[in-house]
Amino acid sequence: MKKHRVLTALAVVVIIGLLGVFNLTFDSYRLRILNLCGVYVVLGLSMNLINGFTGLFSLGHAGFMAIGAYVSSLMTMSPELKDTVFYAVPINPFVKAMSAPFPIALLMGGIAAGILGALIAAPILRLKDDYLAIATLGFSEIIRVVATNLQSITNGALGLKGIDRVTNTGWSWGIAILTIYFMKKLMDGSYGKAILAIREDEIAAEAMGISLFRHKMYSFAIGAFFAGIGGGLLAHMLGTIDPLMFRFILTFNILLIVVLGGIGSITGTVISACVVTSMMEVLRFLEGKMDFGFFEIQGIPGMRMVVFSALLMSVILWYPRGLMGTSEFNWDFILEKKYLKLFKKKKTVSEEK
Amino acid sequence: MDGQVFLQHLTNGISLGSLYALLAIGYTMVYGILRLINFAHGDIFMFGTYMAYYAITSFMMPWWLSFIIAIMLTVIFGVMVERSAYKPLRNSPRISVMISAIGASFLIENIAIVVFGGRPKTFPVPEMFAKVLRFGEVSIVSVTLYTPVITLLLLGVLLYIVNKTKTGMAMRAVSKDYEAARLMGIDVNRIISFTFAIGSGLAAVGGIMWGMKYPTLLPLMGMMPGLKCFIAAVVGGIGDIRGAVLGGFILGLSEIMIIAFFPALTGYRDAIAFVLLIVILLVKPTGLMGQNLTEKV
Repeated sequence: MKKHRVLTALAVVVIIGLLGVFNLTFDSYRLRILNLCGVYVVLGLSMNLINGFTGLFSLGHAGFMAIGAYVSSLMTMSPELKDTVFYAVPINPFVKAMSAPFPIALLMGGIAAGILGALIAAPILRLKDDYLAIATLGFSEIIRVVATNLQSITNGALGLKGIDRVTNTGWSWGIAILTIYFMKKLMDGSYGKAILAIREDEIAAEAMGISLFRHKMYSFAIGAFFAGIGGGLLAHMLGTIDPLMFRFILTFNILLIVVLGGIGSITGTVISACVVTSMMEVLRFLEGKMDFGFFEIQGIPGMRMVVFSALLMSVILWYPRGLMGTSEFNWDFILEKKYLKLFKKKKTVSEEK
Repeated sequence: MDGQVFLQHLTNGISLGSLYALLAIGYTMVYGILRLINFAHGDIFMFGTYMAYYAITSFMMPWWLSFIIAIMLTVIFGVMVERSAYKPLRNSPRISVMISAIGASFLIENIAIVVFGGRPKTFPVPEMFAKVLRFGEVSIVSVTLYTPVITLLLLGVLLYIVNKTKTGMAMRAVSKDYEAARLMGIDVNRIISFTFAIGSGLAAVGGIMWGMKYPTLLPLMGMMPGLKCFIAAVVGGIGDIRGAVLGGFILGLSEIMIIAFFPALTGYRDAIAFVLLIVILLVKPTGLMGQNLTEKV
C-alpha cells in the first residue's frame, strides 16, 4: 500500500511538472485547449458523480453551470465595468455591490449551484429514470429562460462581457486535480459505497439501512457544486457569457465525455475529457480546405459535429461500456506487469499462427 | 380584453395546441411500447417539414402531392431511425437507450445543418391555407382553422386503428407486457416499427402544418417543440393517446393565454411548459389520464 502512495505522489509530481512544461512551451491556442481540458475534467466528474455513480440520470448540468458562471463573474467584475456592461437596463444595486476576489467568487458560484441543486433535488428525486431526466432538463431550461429575462441581474440576452480571464493552467488543472482527489476519497469512503449500492439496487440498499433520499440529495448537491465551479472556471476562461451558451448542447457535450469514458469511472472521465476536448479542435480540419495533392475538397461547415455525433452513436451501439466501463486505474495492473502479460499472450498467439 | 381579441387568442391557442397534440401522440405511443423518450421525434418532425419544402420548391410538385410524398418519406425515415438507433439496444439498460436517443437526435440535427444548410428557409404556403378569413372583427388565417380539424380527424382514425384492428390489439398487447406478447406469437419488432411509422407520419403532418403557420424553417426547429410535446404527453398521462391530445391542447392554450393575459411574461414563454411539467410530476406523476403503474421488486 505504501508503495502505491509513493507512486501516486510521484505520478502527481510528474503530471504537475508536465503541465508546467506545457504552460511554458505551448502557444496561446494550445494552452487554451489544455485549460479547457482541465475544466471539462471537473465538469465530467461532476456529471459522473450524479449519472454514473449514483445512477440518477440528470440532464440539468448546463443550468448549474450557468448559476456558477453568473454568480462568480458578477462577483469578480468591478462596479465600473458592470455599469458599462449593463447599458440597456440599470443594474440591481445589490448585484453591483457584490465583489470578491476570484477564488472566493468561484467558491460562491459553486455553493450557489450546490444549494440550488439541493433545493431542486428535494422535489424531483421522487422521480426516476427518464422522468428525472426530463425534469432536470426542464429545470435547466427554466434557469436559462430566467437568466434571459432578469435583465437587471444577468443583463439578459446581451450577456456579461469583459470578465477577467483569470483561468490559467494552474487554476484549471489545480482544481481538476483537487476534484479528482476529492472524488477518489469520496468513492473510497462509506458514502461512496452507499451510493454505489443505491445505483445497483435501490430496494436492497434501503433494506441495508441506507437513506435513499439523503444520499441522493448529497450526490446531487455535490455534483451541482462542482458543475458550478466548472461553470465559473469556464466563464473566467472565455471572458464572456450569455444565456445561449448554456443550452442543452452543453449538457450533451459533458454527457458525451461521461459516456465515452465509461459511466461510473473516474479514470475514464479524465481521459475522455482530455481526448474529447482535443479532438473537437483536431477535427476542425474537416471544415477547412483539404488538399490531396491532385484534387481539393472544399471544407463543409458543420461537418465536425456530424463526425462527432456519429462517433458517439457508434460507441453507444457497439461499445456501450465506454473506454473504462466501471473500472479504475490502479497500480497493481502496472506493477504486476499484467499489461506485459497481455502483450506476451498476443505475441504467442501470433507466433503460433 | 374584449371578446374579439379573446376569440383571436383562443383560435390561436387551439391551433397551436392541436399541433402539439399531433407530435405528442408520437411520443406517447413510443413511450407506451418501448418505455423510451424518443428524443429524435422533434427532428423527425423537422425532417418532414423540410421534405415538404423541397418537394414544393425544388421539384415543383403540386402541394397535395408534395405533402403526401413528404409524409411517406418521413415515415420511412422514422422507421429507419428506430431500426438503426433503438433496435440494437432492445435488451440494454434503459439509460443506454436514452443516451442513444439523445445521440440520434444530435446526429440528425448536425446532418441537417450540413445538408439543409443553417440559413432559415421560408415555407411556401399554398393559396388554400394562406387565405385570411374574416368573421366580423376577427381575422383568422385559414390554416389556423384547418389544423384542429385535421388533428381531430387523425385522432379518430388512430383510435380506430388502436382499438378496432388486429394490429392495434397487438400494439396494446405489446405495451401491456412485452414478453407475454412475444410468447403469444406477436411479431414485436414489426409492431414497434408500425408504431414508429404512425408516430412519424403524424409528426410529418404536424411539421407541415407548423411550416404553414410559422413559415421559417431551421435545422434546429424541432428541438423546442419536441421537448414541449413530450411534456404535453406527460401532462396528459403518458401511454394514453387521448391524454396526449388533451395535454397538447392544454399546453398550447396555456402558452397563448398566459402571454395574452400577462404580456409581461412574454419572455418566459418557453419556461411555461417546463413549469407545467414539474407541477404535474409533483402533483400527479401519472398525468391527467394515466393509469397508476407500480414498480415491482
